[in-house]
Amino acid sequence: MEKRTVFAGYTLPALLIIPQLLITIIFFYLPAGQAMWQSFQLEDAFGTATQFVGFENYAELFKKPEYFRAMGVTAVFSLLVAGLSLSLSLLLAVMANKQIRGAGIYKTLLIWPYAVAPAVAGVLWLFMFQPSIGMVSKLLMSWGIDWNPTLNGTHAMFLVVLAATWKQISYNFLFFLAGLQSIPHSLIEASAIDGARPFRRFWTIIFPLLSPTMFYLLVVNITYVFFDTFGIIDAVTHGGPGSSTTTLVFKVYNDGRSGGDLGLSAAQSVILMVIVVGLTAVQFRYIERKVNY
Amino acid sequence: MSFYRKAALFAATALTMAASPALAQTEIQWWHAMTGANNDVVNKLAEEFNASQKDYKVVVAYKGSYADTMNAGIAAFRAGNAPHILQVFEVGTASMMSAAKAIKPVAELMKEAGEAFDPKAYLPAVTGYYSNSKGEMLSFPFNSSSSVMWYNKDAFKKAGLDPNAPPKTWPEVFDAAKKLQAAGHATCGFASAWVTWLNIEQFSVWHNVPLATRGNGIDGFDTELKINSPLHVKHLQNLVDLQKTKTFDYSGRTNTGEGRFTSGECPIMLTSSGFYGNVKANAKFDWANAPMPYYPDVQGAPQNSTLGGASLWVMGGKSAAEYKGIAKFFAFLSQTDRQAKLHTESGYLPITKAAYEKVKASGFYAQNPYLETPIKELTNKEPTEYSRGLRLGNLVQIRDVWAEEMEEALAGKKSAQAALDAAVSRGNAMLRQFERTVQK
Repeated sequence: MEKRTVFAGYTLPALLIIPQLLITIIFFYLPAGQAMWQSFQLEDAFGTATQFVGFENYAELFKKPEYFRAMGVTAVFSLLVAGLSLSLSLLLAVMANKQIRGAGIYKTLLIWPYAVAPAVAGVLWLFMFQPSIGMVSKLLMSWGIDWNPTLNGTHAMFLVVLAATWKQISYNFLFFLAGLQSIPHSLIEASAIDGARPFRRFWTIIFPLLSPTMFYLLVVNITYVFFDTFGIIDAVTHGGPGSSTTTLVFKVYNDGRSGGDLGLSAAQSVILMVIVVGLTAVQFRYIERKVNY
Repeated sequence: MSFYRKAALFAATALTMAASPALAQTEIQWWHAMTGANNDVVNKLAEEFNASQKDYKVVVAYKGSYADTMNAGIAAFRAGNAPHILQVFEVGTASMMSAAKAIKPVAELMKEAGEAFDPKAYLPAVTGYYSNSKGEMLSFPFNSSSSVMWYNKDAFKKAGLDPNAPPKTWPEVFDAAKKLQAAGHATCGFASAWVTWLNIEQFSVWHNVPLATRGNGIDGFDTELKINSPLHVKHLQNLVDLQKTKTFDYSGRTNTGEGRFTSGECPIMLTSSGFYGNVKANAKFDWANAPMPYYPDVQGAPQNSTLGGASLWVMGGKSAAEYKGIAKFFAFLSQTDRQAKLHTESGYLPITKAAYEKVKASGFYAQNPYLETPIKELTNKEPTEYSRGLRLGNLVQIRDVWAEEMEEALAGKKSAQAALDAAVSRGNAMLRQFERTVQK
């Protein structure tokens, strides 16, 4: 089926894409270019002395075992958050898509957290799980769990994963719900008439038809965990205890902001960008093939 | 728009224009990080100064937390519109000092403006913290605090301890904490906020053991950490051992754990003297504070404590008229009566000797002994090379690294020795990094 629109001449199509191009250039290419330029420089926090140092910032970075440790932490954190938020929101969307009483209320409540700023989301969870005053931590302790995220790295990781996942579920939920609603009812009914049970209907009809949404969300979620979660980590654990919740993006933020070392911080963000671009490329290359549009 | 509103608008414009000769006043921007009652103090100071003369006008702006304020100042400097006065917390001192092109030393400023300024008028601990190795004061001390041990007198009574004789040494604190635990504080015998400030920085200074070479960094950026000494290791080992039974309970890197004292959970809390206002407002029990504990087998301990809080930095590149105004404002701030009032109103330390003597003579401390404890600590002995203060670049981040290593030890993942060795080597790497950025 040919869906191509044919324009006569170049003026109109050029005009139509200019706004998008401008946005991409101003908000992506310029800052990214600036970060790259900065990563080759060494300067004090005040910018009174700047010097071009080539790859020295990168070399410094790869000398540090902490940097590799942060990579490991990031891998665990991003797999958990992306996996959990995608699967939980899919489950919730499938449930909310059914004919139930008060579906509107559920939907609104589920979408709500998206309006909460990451740092605020972090603080909310921090309060609930704070060892001395948190309601949930009191419950956990009454079950005999020695809940202590200030010293136990696993507990701290659990907490930031929880906060970051909760924050992202709404967004995923919204897209899954829209995806589900666009699946023609006739297809599902036809398969039901053919005798397919709900479980089978989900995996053979709904899931493949949702795959474009799924693929889009996978890319967006990976970007989210890699770039947008520093606020949560900063508010909840500040990368601790030890460095058990120090992810790459938190290090970028912390080294640049509290360390005032913009060159080193820029070098880290360039590496982070390369990782995310690489991951996205891999996804497009290998996973997109399996997507039915 | 009706005719009358137009007329009113016109009149208002005309009035503003008529009043504009008053705008020949030189404006002085002051960026600060004070909240609550202390924000009011800052506003009032500016109002009083503006009312006291006609040539200069101090305009205050709140810029968020200490770190936010400092970052805002740095960003503004990079963009070429820095404020005249920037309040910077004590851990940012080395970064400010290293930025020679970005700042105007206060001693130089006062001299050029012909304002009287005597560094000796300040408490030695204060002068030491904000002066370079030649003894010139680079910033103007504003709000200072120190760290003390807060304790719950009611809990002491219940545990059979004398509420008027708080423990003086660390072994006494450990014993008291065990008794307090037995008397109902099972989850926390004692705790510490600002875990690295209390247990590494103040700990070193209070025992007169080096925190870092080159006089704790004051004499040069080529300083190396010394916090893996036997005394440091012994203290951390004690905390690690006591953590197992929660006689000591780790409460985070900043002051978020302070609530465990005011809620009554932790009967002993080591933290800033600036905790005063919070305790006074929220503690529903009888409380007091006492000097920080020390190890009695360390010769000469306790020495003196060092400062927390912030000072005012004058930014570089301003006009002579503006500098004159800033100098006038600082002279105004230094007046003894004003210093005394600042101290009794804000709970921060009196930073000049004269102000301290004046408040003392007024009998204020008889009713408020808690405000005198930190001053007694700061002035306990004449400061030495390793107790006059500390000055480490990247200190905000180095504190994080120290805390990371202490957490590893407290969680039982590393020995105290291994943790502090790592704290030293990782901290040294950051000091070198700082040296790299300031010297190139």
